[in-house]
Amino acid sequence: MAERSEKQDGAAAKPEAAREIAVARNIVGTPYRRVDGRAKVTGQTRFADDLSFPRMVHMRLVRSIVPHARIVSIDTSKAAAMPGVLAFLVGKDMPNTFGILPVSQDEHALCIDKVRFVGDPVVAIAALTDDQAYEASLAVRVEYESLETIATVEEAIATSEPRIHDYSDEGNIHKKVSMQFGELEEGFAEADEIFEDVLLFEGNTHLPMEQHATVAVPEDDGRITVWSSTQTPHYLHRSLAKVLELPASRIRVIACPNGGGFGGKSDPFNHEIAAAKMALRLGRPVKICLTREEVFYCHRGRHPVLMKLRTGFKRDGRMTAQHLQTALDGGAYGSYGVASTYYTGALQTVTYELPRYRFDSVRCFTNKPPCGPKRGHGTPQPRFGLEVHLDKVAVKLGIDPADIRLNNLVQPNTITANWLKVGSIGLKKCIEAVVAGSGWRERRGKLPHGRGLGLACGSYLSGAGLPIYWNHMPQSGVQLKLDRSGCVAAFCGQTEIGQGSDSVLAGIVAEVLGIELLDIRLCVADTDLTPVDLGSYSSRVTLMMGNAALQAAQRARELVARAVSEQLKVPQDRLVFAERRVFDSEDPSKGLSWPEACVCAESRFGTLGTTGSYIPPRSPGRYRGAGVGPSPAYSYSATVVEVEVDPETGLYRVEHVWMAHDVGKAINPVLVMGQIEGSVYMGLGEALMEEQVFRRLPKNRSNALVHKHPSMLEYKSPTFLEMPKVTSYIIEDPDPNGPFGAKEVGQGPLLPMMPAIANAIFDAVGVRVDQIPVHPHLVAKALEEKARGKEPRVGPRAFPSIDFGTPLRVPTPAEGGDGQAVNQDEAKVRTGTGTMTEREEALRGTKR
Amino acid sequence: MSSPVPPGTSVATLRVNGEERTVAFPTHHTLLEVLREELGLTGTKHGCELGECGTCTVLVDGKPVLSCLVLAVEAEGHAVETVEGLQQGNQLHPLQSAFADLGAAQCGYCTPGILMASKALLAENPAASREQIAVALSGNLCRCTGYQKILEAVEWAGRTLCGENAPPARECSFGAPLPEEVQRG
Ligand code: FES
Ligand code: FES
Repeated sequence: MAERSEKQDGAAAKPEAAREIAVARNIVGTPYRRVDGRAKVTGQTRFADDLSFPRMVHMRLVRSIVPHARIVSIDTSKAAAMPGVLAFLVGKDMPNTFGILPVSQDEHALCIDKVRFVGDPVVAIAALTDDQAYEASLAVRVEYESLETIATVEEAIATSEPRIHDYSDEGNIHKKVSMQFGELEEGFAEADEIFEDVLLFEGNTHLPMEQHATVAVPEDDGRITVWSSTQTPHYLHRSLAKVLELPASRIRVIACPNGGGFGGKSDPFNHEIAAAKMALRLGRPVKICLTREEVFYCHRGRHPVLMKLRTGFKRDGRMTAQHLQTALDGGAYGSYGVASTYYTGALQTVTYELPRYRFDSVRCFTNKPPCGPKRGHGTPQPRFGLEVHLDKVAVKLGIDPADIRLNNLVQPNTITANWLKVGSIGLKKCIEAVVAGSGWRERRGKLPHGRGLGLACGSYLSGAGLPIYWNHMPQSGVQLKLDRSGCVAAFCGQTEIGQGSDSVLAGIVAEVLGIELLDIRLCVADTDLTPVDLGSYSSRVTLMMGNAALQAAQRARELVARAVSEQLKVPQDRLVFAERRVFDSEDPSKGLSWPEACVCAESRFGTLGTTGSYIPPRSPGRYRGAGVGPSPAYSYSATVVEVEVDPETGLYRVEHVWMAHDVGKAINPVLVMGQIEGSVYMGLGEALMEEQVFRRLPKNRSNALVHKHPSMLEYKSPTFLEMPKVTSYIIEDPDPNGPFGAKEVGQGPLLPMMPAIANAIFDAVGVRVDQIPVHPHLVAKALEEKARGKEPRVGPRAFPSIDFGTPLRVPTPAEGGDGQAVNQDEAKVRTGTGTMTEREEALRGTKR
Repeated sequence: MSSPVPPGTSVATLRVNGEERTVAFPTHHTLLEVLREELGLTGTKHGCELGECGTCTVLVDGKPVLSCLVLAVEAEGHAVETVEGLQQGNQLHPLQSAFADLGAAQCGYCTPGILMASKALLAENPAASREQIAVALSGNLCRCTGYQKILEAVEWAGRTLCGENAPPARECSFGAPLPEEVQRG
């Protein structure tokens, strides 16, 4: 078979009409082969563990086997005598702390005096071969003095001593937040009815197929290059500088293409820093590749969240006020947790009109692997809560669950009660598409017993409005180099984790310059060579890097156009860039080929280069905590799922998923489809089976709190056989803040999956499982309750009683607020301290 | 004079992608390790090294095997095929083109294993149905794609191998057409 060209032939081919000159789009909006596609199907893509260097040695970590303990002694003498062993590192070799957020710098590359979970690393060993390092790791003796284990949120709240960390809002409560937008009680007073629900979302993990790997290579005099499977090379760069005490300019971080990330490679990790330190000590390259078991310990996955919603409704389904409380089990370290905490409340307002809103939350430290950002970061849990809550209320009020949503949609270009500015909203069309596609109106509630439909919606950020550490610099930068060859090199710090960001970068540049993808050479994710991009997290890359690329490309086009216009004596605004030519729109035969145009510009201006950068617009919220939630644009999704439940056993199958996603504008539709389908899959896994859970070893075997199943066999995830048919609709409601109107797609479509499945089970057999995963045995249990005439439900009963103090009070836009809190300075007010405070203080500093 | 092979080490001649190479390696090392380390064929990936994920799938005498569960010494005398051997010269195999064009490789980490398992399937049955493909690949996990694009790509490649020129439906690349009532709205 003849190899296909860069663009697809057949049905997916570029429509002939698009070949027409002038304004027609060249690439954006047509499905094109991803620029890294060929390397990925030939085995040429080099992931971190594929690298090797002359004289490279191997490193392993010795990890704690107890959940919470003081380190009494470490004995490496036996290991040191073993063949091939070269060196050891322990905690005190790297005393500086690090962590992703400025407010929770609570990690050491290796534990110094305490371990906080089974899997916390204590010793690093380098040896000539990986086998030797492994053997030696078994010979290291660490003596521990056990401390009381904190296993759950309830235990953390009840146990203030021993503290897992010596910093926190109080005891083992890492973070406590309470904020109120508008006169809540007035809202509840206006309601015809008030509904309450308590729900649980169990934790789960990313399970990227690639195990994390790092290779550190010392170079020159005191420089080092660190290749790693990281989604955030820039943040890793900063952490390395801090812990290694080296100027950042001597450290080069190169993010290899990630073999899947999903948020799990967004933190700087112990093994990355230890490998760099080891390489500097030995003066030779050091590689570490984690075992799959260790990947489960790195975790940073979905926080388990217990939540309570209390909402006032008018009889017609309008919400008058909501009080949401969430409790997050954070695991042993801060990670992104402070942001995660706010995220369990921040996006509650961007889908349906919510005039008054109160949000309380705690995040607790427990002796388990740290939780962090997983696809949807902190928002899938309350989204599950809200969408199930709405479904129940709709049923009680006798309103179609689709209508309760359609009738209450947030209007485009408005500001929510918690001061988020939303732009384009394609949610109405999303709901209509899945309702029509699934036959919802005709079929819901009318299918045979055991078969049911469930509906839910969601929304997600197209990038967080603020960077993780306060600064006034761009969140993404792109640099272009053009020369007489016609090749355009694009430099950008963005990181390809499989989502297709390389293809978006090349696609946008090619679009603006009217050239082909093969004319573009990318250099990405290299902190020495590429302008900073903050990383592949919060669905920020297409929008932020895309805008930076657009600006750089437009500037390059301007340069070329000026030179060509002079040479051809054609006014600049008549020049068209298309089909690798620059020509006169009035006389297309008059023009230059792209390389000729570059020669012309290089002759006129000298060496050609342009830059572009992107800083998101400022958000109207001015209260402490307002830093989490703002985004330049919000994506929207709606889904209907169909399930078949066996009423005897509770076993069920998801038969069909209809998913509509408002992506603003699909830069490359085939990759958008991939993100939608991948999100559907991952949401399905969370709803059906995935959970990161723990158990106590028997008393006679240490009683330690251990991961229940740190293996791919036992951590259940969907295979080909569990995947239902998926009908995806791409909805395009362009947002003025997005490049070509584009918004995110990598995370949003995951959000409605879990509640839609729970809602479908209710439609099928009339029972509620108010927790994720919806295990079949829970469905069976709820059916038993139903048969016994009890409430046909399983799920948590109560939210723990926590003193949240006085909330931070922020009047809403409708109340004439100005985005500030009215009681910011009151003592004892529970507010978003930390990063957000720092940001606000920095902000005040610059205003002065 | 060459010295005797030290204990715990093996020397074997492996035939990988039709090319013979003689290598020395620790006897307990798996085919996966020897492919990646001694032969430098890093196209074959690993996700667990315990036989749980399918990422390391290669073909031995045309049959898919988990290279993390096979000792390299056991592969001597057998024909081993890896992702590096799929393309003919500079020409991609139909499976490779289809995966690249449909974005069936997102991060691409599971891709080599899935390509090899698919190759074995299509060699037996190029007209495999979607259900047959799903069953054949059910031992290969992929966390990115939701499996849809992989199914579509394997079907497409199967058709190509049968001599048909029938690209996937427009829906695969652009999504389903919006229901009529929505467009009107
Ligand atoms: S690496 Fe997972 S099955 Fe071989
Ligand atoms: S493409 Fe990433 S795991 Fe399959």
